[in-house]
Amino acid sequence: MTKKIRQLDRVVIRFAGDSGDGMQLTGDRFTSETAQLGNDISTLPNFPAEIRAPAGTLPGVSSFQVHFADYDILTPGDSPNVLVAMNPAALKANLADLPRGADIIVNTDEFTRRNLAKVGYQANPLEDDSLAGYTVHPVALTSMTVGALADHEVSKKDAERAKNMFALGLLSWMYSRPYESTLRFLERKFATRPELVGANVAAFKAGWNFGETTEDFAVRYEVKPAKMPPGTYRNITGNAALSLGLVAAGVRSELLVFLGAYPITPASDILHELSKHKRFGVLTMQAEDEIAAIGAALGASYGGALGVTTTSGPGVALKSETISLAVALELPLVIVDVQRAGPSTGMPTKTEQADLNMALFGRHGEAPVAVLAPKSPADCFYAALEAARIALTYRTPVLLLSDNYVANGSEPWLLPDVESLPDLRVDFATGPNGEDGATFLPYLRDPETLARPWAVPGTPGLEHRIGGLEKADKTGDISYDPANHDLMVRTRAARIEAIPVPDLEVEDPDGDAQVLVLGWGSTYGPIGAACRGLRQRGLSVAQAHLRHLAPMPANLGEILRSYERVVIPEMNLGQLAQVIRARYLVDAISYNQVHGLPFTANELETMLEEVLKNV
Amino acid sequence: MSEPVALKLTAKDFKSNQEVRWCPGCGDYAILAAVQGFMPELNIPRERIVFVSGIGCSSRFPYYMNTYGMHSIHGRAPAIATGLSTTRPDLSVWVVTGDGDALSIGGNHLIHALRRNVNLKILLFNNQIYGLTKGQYSPTSEVGKITKSTPVGSADAPFNPLSLALGAEATFVARTIDSDRKHLQSVLRAAAEHEGSAFVEIYQNCNIFNDGAFEQLKGPATRDDSLIRLEHDQPITFGRDGQFCVVHPPGGFGLEVRETAATAAEEIVVHDATITDPAYAFALSRLPGLDLRNTPIGVFRSVRRPSYDSVVQEQLDAARATVTEPREQLFAGLLHSGDTWTID
Repeated sequence: MTKKIRQLDRVVIRFAGDSGDGMQLTGDRFTSETAQLGNDISTLPNFPAEIRAPAGTLPGVSSFQVHFADYDILTPGDSPNVLVAMNPAALKANLADLPRGADIIVNTDEFTRRNLAKVGYQANPLEDDSLAGYTVHPVALTSMTVGALADHEVSKKDAERAKNMFALGLLSWMYSRPYESTLRFLERKFATRPELVGANVAAFKAGWNFGETTEDFAVRYEVKPAKMPPGTYRNITGNAALSLGLVAAGVRSELLVFLGAYPITPASDILHELSKHKRFGVLTMQAEDEIAAIGAALGASYGGALGVTTTSGPGVALKSETISLAVALELPLVIVDVQRAGPSTGMPTKTEQADLNMALFGRHGEAPVAVLAPKSPADCFYAALEAARIALTYRTPVLLLSDNYVANGSEPWLLPDVESLPDLRVDFATGPNGEDGATFLPYLRDPETLARPWAVPGTPGLEHRIGGLEKADKTGDISYDPANHDLMVRTRAARIEAIPVPDLEVEDPDGDAQVLVLGWGSTYGPIGAACRGLRQRGLSVAQAHLRHLAPMPANLGEILRSYERVVIPEMNLGQLAQVIRARYLVDAISYNQVHGLPFTANELETMLEEVLKNV
Repeated sequence: MSEPVALKLTAKDFKSNQEVRWCPGCGDYAILAAVQGFMPELNIPRERIVFVSGIGCSSRFPYYMNTYGMHSIHGRAPAIATGLSTTRPDLSVWVVTGDGDALSIGGNHLIHALRRNVNLKILLFNNQIYGLTKGQYSPTSEVGKITKSTPVGSADAPFNPLSLALGAEATFVARTIDSDRKHLQSVLRAAAEHEGSAFVEIYQNCNIFNDGAFEQLKGPATRDDSLIRLEHDQPITFGRDGQFCVVHPPGGFGLEVRETAATAAEEIVVHDATITDPAYAFALSRLPGLDLRNTPIGVFRSVRRPSYDSVVQEQLDAARATVTEPREQLFAGLLHSGDTWTID
């Protein structure tokens, strides 16, 4: 039968199931197919910290949301148009996020009395009228998959496990996705077990054909490609982009990159990725603990490599003493904090941006470092390069504040020309720098950058000792002189403040906004989407986003003072707002949410509308 | 390869311009002089030698060596030195540490450096006391030690540093004494020749807070009957007249001291530092009692195992050997890997 085709401009789909159901993989594949088609995309994985939480329970639900459109989008979408629920737990955990009228595709095979009871359903929601406001598509996903694989030489368990490919096939048909990349992927993934390639391909095709033939799905949808700048794209997560940024830093600096890391969610993927790139001169070391990880990285920097350590909040706390040592030694070092919900173990797989205070202030003594934060998954690439540039040029530790949302979320990335990336080559000290032409002064500064010479072991004639004890200006000898300490403390602060960072840009298309929304890090997308929503309704609002948090852009104070009200939304209890109030004496409105999930554009739009009313 | 050129360095070349500021009479002076005296033997240019230390009296050491050096933070020297050594195989990296630095706050880094067999020469100055913080007991102080922080005696049992290092399967383990320059330098020589982690415990006198801790091993009246000088391939006998020997009694796990006169020559253990099983060297490390009698010095263990640095370097070289194009081009290939699409 011929199905009607309906054009849509945007769709949000959420795949939800048990943590063992392969929902992340299903979402990834759907995203990749969608990228191939040329839609703009934003994704949001959401999964428990437990590797296999008890099957069929609410804590075990894992989901993957993908938003795609024929125009440029900024967020993974507030609420799904389609929910794929692989079991009762997935339905129950996600139903509240669905707007009325949304499509729900459920795997009826899993709606057994036992599974329903596990999540507290008294009656089967598929059989009463509790889902009357939605369009429910009951599909016997498991049994149809097993049936489709009857002729395949695979175990019943393997056949059942292929049900996610059936679901992917069905959704790929529904949204007219090109599926060649998925078939290629399955061949790669199961290269050593050809019988599983066959089974999973068959399950995918069975799902596709089911959509084509069943009357339950009367309409097929199309979302046209988005108008995006010409070039070659790939879909990328923040952690992958950040890793590539660090590899790029090695390529452009011609230095060895040394990563010292201890496994921690959600940063471990950077260690995994970088461990594959030895041919670029990237060395990784899985250290015995967080402290050793940064220690080894600092040792590598001392020897002339680009030392990097990657972690999450609890790890930064442990590294704090070594960061202060790096401040005293004035050596390059990149510290990546992929933030997660705290304090303590908190919610390791959920996002938050509550490590800003720690990044800015969390050390003993006056120990200033440069701090920056990427605003989106693809921006992690450029932020990592920028962190490396600052570290190498100004010989300082740099803290890069990513978070779980940008780290695991993804978006299309227009691949850059390698030649267009910044030249990060450094000048090592090679000879004496004293006025007498014979002396080496390890703490004599470059007047422009205020950086001291990077004199690496192995350089004849420059033998010198450095350490954590206060050093005399220029000579670097141990000094307890009061005036010298005062000078050194002020110099260390001044040299961070003097790092030139780009002026803050304000987006105010109407030009008459009285309210400025200031954000930092991963809130860029939701804030942008909220501002766009307001403007479409004729309201004026300005948006500015801080990438550099230390030092801050020179024009920030002037910008803040030119608006009636400044609103600062953060996924913490107001850490940037406190800094802005303290530094610029601006009575900013701090808007906070700590759900472990990104802001929705809708909640920000509602909040901002209230602010606009009161100006 | 041609013969290396003799650099003709002297101990003086290794003295930095910094005034040495340990307490008068401290054992560290003797160790510093012995190390400075030994360094020319390495025939390595000064710029390729690095001393890394943590915190404590001993950790001031790098300031006094005219080489590259880093005085880092408490306990972390092995970790920092690991990053340096791994990325710079051309350097000779030495770690100077103390009993508190290496065995208390930095215990984790020490054991992991040893198990990895990082190419570091680790000199642990053991004075069985905290000196820089003015006299608290340390993880090598004897049980019941009365100090400022333990006025009625410490309650915790000490580490035996060599047993600990051997438990971590260190490939080179030795002990020497600050006041015996000849022996100290012979141990440094063996350590320097070793590829991988070389762990050297140096008994060092703190004349302010724990004076005479090793007197039993130094005083002319007691030392010969207390010290066991290990010599590779030699039967282990000691005492003024060689009247004691070490045997491995049947049925037991450990080693014991006997009267030589009452022991058949073939029963006396012949020292072999190259035995792969660390149990032998461990048994040696357990010989001394609390009174320091039967204390072996010298090289307990020296076995061959690829260093962490060399394995990492091999992996790096193997990966780089597959590269035929310039790095920029290779990186462009990496960027464009996976599923990409093009918009015209």
